[in-house]
Amino acid sequence: MAPTGTSPGTSLGAPAERREGRLKVTGAARYAAEHPMPGRAHARPVPAAVARGRVTAVDASAALAVPGVLAVLTHENAPRLADPEDATLAVLQDPDVPHRGWFVALVVAETLEAARAGAAAVRVEYAEEAHDVILTADHPRAYEPEDTGSGQPAVREHGHPASAFGSAEVRVDVAYEVPPLHNHPMEPHTSTAHWDRGRKRLTVHTSSQGGTTVRDTLAALFGLPGDRITVVADHVGGGFGSKGTPRPDVVLATMASLHTGRPVTVALPRRFLPAVVGHRAPTLHRIRLGATADGRLTSLTHEVTTHTSRVKEFVEPAAVPARVMYAAPHSRTAHRVVRLDVPTPSWMRAPGEAPGMYALESAVDELATGLGMDPVELRVRNEPAREPDTGKPFSSRHLVECLREGARRFGWAERDPRPRSRAEGPLLIGTGVAAATYPVQVAPSTAEARALPDGSFVVRINATDIGTGARTVLAQVAADSLGVALERVRTEVGSSDLPSAPLAGGSSGTASWGWAVHEACVRLAARLADHAGPPPGTGLSARADTAGQADAESSYARHAFGAHFAEVAVDTVTGEVRVRRMLGVFAAGRILNARTARSQFVGGMTMGLGMALTEGSTMDAAFGDFAESDLASYHVPVNADVPEIEAHWIEEADTHLNPMGSKGIGEIGIVGSAAAVGNAVHHATGVRFREPPLTPDKVLSALAG
Amino acid sequence: MRSFGYVRATSVEEAAEAFAARPGARYLGGGTNLVDLMKLGVERPDALVDVSRLPLDRVEELPDGSLRVGATVRNSDLAAHPLVRDRYPALSQALLAGASGQLRNAATTGGNLLQRTRCPYFQDLSKPCNKREPGTGCGARDGVHRDHAVLGWSEQCIATHPSDMAVALAALDARVELYGDEGARDVPVAEFHRLPGNHPERETVIRAGELITGVVLPAATGGVPSAYRKARDRASYAFALASVAAVLRVSDGAVAQAGLAFGALAHRPWRAVRAEEALLGGPATTEAFARAVDAELAAARPLRDNAYKVPLARALAVDVLTRLARAGTG
Repeated sequence: MAPTGTSPGTSLGAPAERREGRLKVTGAARYAAEHPMPGRAHARPVPAAVARGRVTAVDASAALAVPGVLAVLTHENAPRLADPEDATLAVLQDPDVPHRGWFVALVVAETLEAARAGAAAVRVEYAEEAHDVILTADHPRAYEPEDTGSGQPAVREHGHPASAFGSAEVRVDVAYEVPPLHNHPMEPHTSTAHWDRGRKRLTVHTSSQGGTTVRDTLAALFGLPGDRITVVADHVGGGFGSKGTPRPDVVLATMASLHTGRPVTVALPRRFLPAVVGHRAPTLHRIRLGATADGRLTSLTHEVTTHTSRVKEFVEPAAVPARVMYAAPHSRTAHRVVRLDVPTPSWMRAPGEAPGMYALESAVDELATGLGMDPVELRVRNEPAREPDTGKPFSSRHLVECLREGARRFGWAERDPRPRSRAEGPLLIGTGVAAATYPVQVAPSTAEARALPDGSFVVRINATDIGTGARTVLAQVAADSLGVALERVRTEVGSSDLPSAPLAGGSSGTASWGWAVHEACVRLAARLADHAGPPPGTGLSARADTAGQADAESSYARHAFGAHFAEVAVDTVTGEVRVRRMLGVFAAGRILNARTARSQFVGGMTMGLGMALTEGSTMDAAFGDFAESDLASYHVPVNADVPEIEAHWIEEADTHLNPMGSKGIGEIGIVGSAAAVGNAVHHATGVRFREPPLTPDKVLSALAG
Repeated sequence: MRSFGYVRATSVEEAAEAFAARPGARYLGGGTNLVDLMKLGVERPDALVDVSRLPLDRVEELPDGSLRVGATVRNSDLAAHPLVRDRYPALSQALLAGASGQLRNAATTGGNLLQRTRCPYFQDLSKPCNKREPGTGCGARDGVHRDHAVLGWSEQCIATHPSDMAVALAALDARVELYGDEGARDVPVAEFHRLPGNHPERETVIRAGELITGVVLPAATGGVPSAYRKARDRASYAFALASVAAVLRVSDGAVAQAGLAFGALAHRPWRAVRAEEALLGGPATTEAFARAVDAELAAARPLRDNAYKVPLARALAVDVLTRLARAGTG
């Protein structure tokens, strides 16, 4: 245990080391595939080999003849499911193939190897239809959705954005295009399911960001009361949104266990992930900014066209952050979506904000160039007094402070603003800035706190630690709420048998869980104060449920803000862009653990670097799937790509959030960081690139042109 | 489950016999590529003859000054070898530009030469590929082919060879030593790999059962300037978009010796013979280098999405030659 935060009342904010760190680095931490139980079988799905059509025949005879193969499930013999709310979970229910990679069969076998061989031996025949997988801004089937799916309206308009733009003194009218991106967490999606004898109880180990949702979903699909299902997600090797909802692996494992009466593990191979666990949908942006000659925005339009699948509607809400950022009397933010024969998109770290702020913050940089104004000053000049879209006051907003502090630390004042003004031999050097924002989200949760006779405390809550340090920070919250030393508090998380809690997503986990933990601990402390002597044998406990509190409508606009600065070197020989340093300053309420928070910020910034320079999935028009299907071809940044990266924060006291005073920090690091890198590339080269990732092929061609 | 035999050989002769006795056998080196392809179902050997522990793990200078590298020398060890760093910097640089530290620790010299293309269609059994399954067609031709060949491709196959090491060996005039039924022989690295033509499934001139026993680099005891440069999508652990290995000796302002090879442009390391001819005896100037490289790349036939490779390769080659010329005269 860390030596920090050991005296009562000093835990919050301390850089406590994550409690499961030793288990992880020694390999003792068990992940979803690592729960061997007697008789466990393995199952391997068979992905569809056409982009659109239907299965006309499945010949499983060769697969069933493979030694060790126990069963082959298809839409003809798989257990029937109730209609799921999320149609991507309706696996093996009908012969339709909505996209390439959709699962059309599942082979269950004694071993992983036999399952793989069996899957290779399944013969599937299709009636293939012509497919349409390419998104264009003028696609004839583009439509305006009812909303963005996350509660925000698809379109918002204030004043007369078109005419205000037309009469603006300075105008920027630009198109940006962000390609599909994939979450690719370290641990691929995996589930082990086990029905007990008589099919009365179901236990599932799964790699998920939220076990409560998994339990409720399985209960609905399989018609089982939720209290007969236990979902365990003890250690989770990352998710970045792709494990925020249950995925086909958990449904298939449960089906296969039901069918065979054996515990079954479905561990999706990396190559299957791009098609079945979501992706960030591509976004085509058109941004129009009109400003006065002294840099005041008069009109702001951000229009986004994106794709979804034929399975369900998912809208990447990329125009939403433009409703928060800048004061502009006339504005329009709008989304359109096209249903294509593509895999179903889903959440990926900062859905909406990441691509939306890439485009918006790049366009703001273009406006600064057009005005001949410093991009930091331009942002400061357009700082709104209230949230532009709703008119609500901000609970706290320290964007300007982040920009100023970042500029000071980065050495922004020494920058020669002229593009292509700095060279070192064949290298062009440039620096860039961009702003960040992410909303405060919080959901009701329950928790239990118990005082034990030995003087220790246990906090129980079905939170999920997806690698962020949730176990640790919840112990910190509890210790301070109880007024005891951190090492006296233990946390139990990651099982649906614990008090129910929302998912680790939307940067809301710590706020939601911490609120309930705080309440439970405050109540427990009151009980202890009334109780003479040590707690009895089983201890004293208290529960809390924050329903009605955590989800109460706030009269404030609540968001975290930040500023990114980046320096890049562009090699004029090869077109290679390499980041030299990145610096972020964030204002996200009270920072609850300085060590794990820094990891979150740095991780997000690194992911933004990937978005700017290396990451992208290519839709194969001929075959209808993504060309990159492993970590050799989908280029997440490696250590050599991240030389110097600093994350700082401004202490923010905000009483309108939750008892800890915290805002979420899991996502804001990625928001705006890609724009800062892109803006630095423009500063270095004088060329504006609007289609990340900025790989050598694009950069070299533009430099030559 | 597909089972396969496994035998560990202790001598070259034993390896060759074990291979001959097992139809459908493959030699196993570091396994960094073969095992991956077995998992994908692309490679389906009936037996593996493990040659990774053969006594071919030495780097030795021969009496004539040439350097013999055993086939099982690991990429990391070869890159770090003092004689390689000193006399063949292009080889050391190429090795270090490849893969990751972990992979280089496992990968062998012989296995590196025999690694297979990373074309995604080759790796995906649900798609056509003439290399994997002759006669099925080429998925990449109309698919995603930004990373594919611009030189020497055929209608049957547009894949590239992924090795960095082999590009340096080709420019350095190295030879591959082979051992088989008919005894030992050697071939130049630059002629070891084939162009796809009508038989993309045949990737090298290796004969059935032949084993790579080593690679021999010609003497460079006096020191010949050489260098390798690679352009890639990220700073490490990425295959080349284009790469170049060059050997250049300048005497009295004129090119006295030239070796040039490109990587990631073709189905094999592309020895730039035409450019070398143009360079030899000519002035060691950037303009002359550019003309020579252009003479080579005039044969390029870019595909829909990879035209960038031609100017990229050109820029890399001119840059490396210019640096070498400057170093040689400075």
